[in-house]
Amino acid sequence: MHPALQGLLTIVIGVGGCIGYFYFSNEFLDKVLFPAKGPNAGRNINRANQIRPWLFLFPAMFALGLYLAYPVFETLRLSLTDRSQGGAFVGMANYNQMFAEDKFWEAIRNNMLWLIVVPAASTAFGLLAAQLTDRIGWGSVAKSLIFMPMAISFVGASVIFKLIYDTRPVDQDQIGVLNAVWLQFEGGIGSILFLKVLPFVMVAGFAAIVAYVGYLLLTPFIDKGARKEGIFLSVVRLIGAAVAVWLVVISLMSLASIFAADLPYGEPQTWLTIPLWNNFFLMVVLIWIQTGFAMVILSAALRGIPEETVEAAIVDGANPFQIFFKIKVPQIMPTIVVVWTTITLVVLKVFDIVFAMTNGQWETQVLANYMFDKLFRANDWGIGSASAIIIMVLVSPILVWNVYNARKEMR
Amino acid sequence: MDNIAGSKSSLTWAVHISVAALVFLWLFPTIGLFVSSFRTADQISSSGWWASLFPAEQTIQLRTGGGDAAVQEGDLWVVEGNLLVDHEDSPGTDVTLTRFGVSSRDVSAYAIGETAEFGDGAETVTLSANGDYRYTSTEEPGRRGQRVFITAEVPPEFTLGNYQTILFSGTGQDNMAKAFFNTLTVTVPATIIPIVVAAFAAYALAWMDFPGRALLIALVVALLVVPLQLALIPLLRLHLGIGIGKGYLGVWLAHTAFGLPLAIYLLRNYMVGLPRDIIENAKVDGATDFQIFTKIILPLSFPALASFAIFQFLWTWNDLLVAKVFLIDATGSTTVMTNQIVELLGTRGGNWEILATAAFVSIAVPLVVFFAMQRYLVRGLLAGSVK
Repeated sequence: MHPALQGLLTIVIGVGGCIGYFYFSNEFLDKVLFPAKGPNAGRNINRANQIRPWLFLFPAMFALGLYLAYPVFETLRLSLTDRSQGGAFVGMANYNQMFAEDKFWEAIRNNMLWLIVVPAASTAFGLLAAQLTDRIGWGSVAKSLIFMPMAISFVGASVIFKLIYDTRPVDQDQIGVLNAVWLQFEGGIGSILFLKVLPFVMVAGFAAIVAYVGYLLLTPFIDKGARKEGIFLSVVRLIGAAVAVWLVVISLMSLASIFAADLPYGEPQTWLTIPLWNNFFLMVVLIWIQTGFAMVILSAALRGIPEETVEAAIVDGANPFQIFFKIKVPQIMPTIVVVWTTITLVVLKVFDIVFAMTNGQWETQVLANYMFDKLFRANDWGIGSASAIIIMVLVSPILVWNVYNARKEMR
Repeated sequence: MDNIAGSKSSLTWAVHISVAALVFLWLFPTIGLFVSSFRTADQISSSGWWASLFPAEQTIQLRTGGGDAAVQEGDLWVVEGNLLVDHEDSPGTDVTLTRFGVSSRDVSAYAIGETAEFGDGAETVTLSANGDYRYTSTEEPGRRGQRVFITAEVPPEFTLGNYQTILFSGTGQDNMAKAFFNTLTVTVPATIIPIVVAAFAAYALAWMDFPGRALLIALVVALLVVPLQLALIPLLRLHLGIGIGKGYLGVWLAHTAFGLPLAIYLLRNYMVGLPRDIIENAKVDGATDFQIFTKIILPLSFPALASFAIFQFLWTWNDLLVAKVFLIDATGSTTVMTNQIVELLGTRGGNWEILATAAFVSIAVPLVVFFAMQRYLVRGLLAGSVK
């Protein structure tokens, strides 16, 4: 049968089946099992109403349970067994073997890099775009264009950016934009300005922002008068501050190397094969996609800020930067956290971009691709499952945080 | 709000310029792909796509007519003709000639209208602006004619040939038509079925009272973030075990289940916000829950349904991982577009005309959906994350 016809048939059967199920199970409940007539009419109605929610919920809960909840435990079990030994229980052997692999630690290191850079950059660009486009007439057109990459698949985006990173031999015209721009630099004053001073300022600025965020995270501990908060939040704050300190140290250390670096001017580069830096070239793809998402949500949050607070600040003589950083940003902090965690989740699952652009070569491996490699190339379900569990462990703080918030909201 | 009390912000121009720069940066990559998909393989590999938007100066090597076209005028042999059309490499009449030359050491030695002399002075050629040339020689010309180099401004030139190849005439991997329909076959049921299932569940979670409701909602929120990666091995084993194997049914089921948490979450949040009065009035009038759901809740929830439909459509259309694991078997007859593009990247990494066109075919549909339904997409995003 032609797959399109088969698809059509599935839609009809699937949708018709669903509706039929809901309709007939309700009819059965009301007419046959607990009819709302006869001597027990009242009791029957009550009973029917107790059962009905489960009729409505059953298909969804069944699918969720079988396709999402059960696999979590099954994967955990598989990660403790060995397929080649007929599924025998091997304890932590898979994990030990995985921890002994360099590729795994490379994936962990790269994932950490992704986790820091992509959410930060997307949120920052998104916030910038949201703030700027809210103030001009053609803002909605601009927004819609910046938002557009959201509709493009990771694979499509990979092709787009592979064209940008393309390399031709030195004696031919470059067809990749990045190399074409790169060849414009030949070590003169412009090169120093753009490739030494500008990165220096950017890294220094990044360090300053991170230091400030770290300071904000620590204020409740320094300020004795601050309101009490839960132990969970305190732990999160401490972890955040520790990461911030670490980031500041790293960026300060890299400041010196920016000037020391000897750049190969005039030679076309194969960007995706330069270790460490190629990770950033891959991250650009995801940042390009996710910025629109951050912008849309943050722009709605910015519009939700009460006008009076901004007006009061203007009356008190605040300049636009003070208004933005001291009035607006603190008020939309909860939304920034939501955006940040959402992008973090996307980053943890990032697979297509790495798979399509480098497939983990040249030290660009990430966890999701590592897992795919183990599963379908090495055919090692034990280690594949173990790495999936690592992803789950990394996701679980966000999971707990989300559930905690959802429950708080419902109360 | 920056114009309070008549104080015009001096930053306005800076804002306009920054936004323009941002938009340009964000559009630039996609435009590159778009433009490249209309260029021939030679054009793509010889110059950057940005160059194709402007007339390009090109140097073309041509030959005059050979000895058999020569006419004897007195003691001179003369060959006349038009360089722009005669030769098989001729660029056509829509180019503008700027310079020409007769030696490969100086290909633009002469202005148009001048008379060029070949090395020994026995042969000359005159070229006029419309491409007509007059070649003269004191000896009988050789059979092949003389080399002439012309420098011409070639206007931007685009072709639909790549799309012709990708959609119709290409063979094997170069033809995306099958993959296009496969993608469509995956996407449509995988978008519609979860909506139906989730809508009923969302209604129960929003408007029906039963023990354990809060727990189930928490479960849905928790499952929202469970990574897909965890489900791959157990479900593949399950599918192989119960005989579904790799195929459309498996991928439909997988997409349905993976989309459910977001669907239930979005729809429940929306349905909870519907006015209680309507539902209670309907109940008083004797409507059953099933009637309330189909006659009142579903029509009112249309915006939320549309939001989720777009999400799920974009996600299933753009998906690679789920299709690779649950759908595409060794024969590859059920390949989807994303997978085919990845394979093209591997085997035809340098053939940008094929790659760019294939990629653009695959992103064209989501882009159309995106621009047509953007309102609902934004609304859904906001419902999902702004509290």
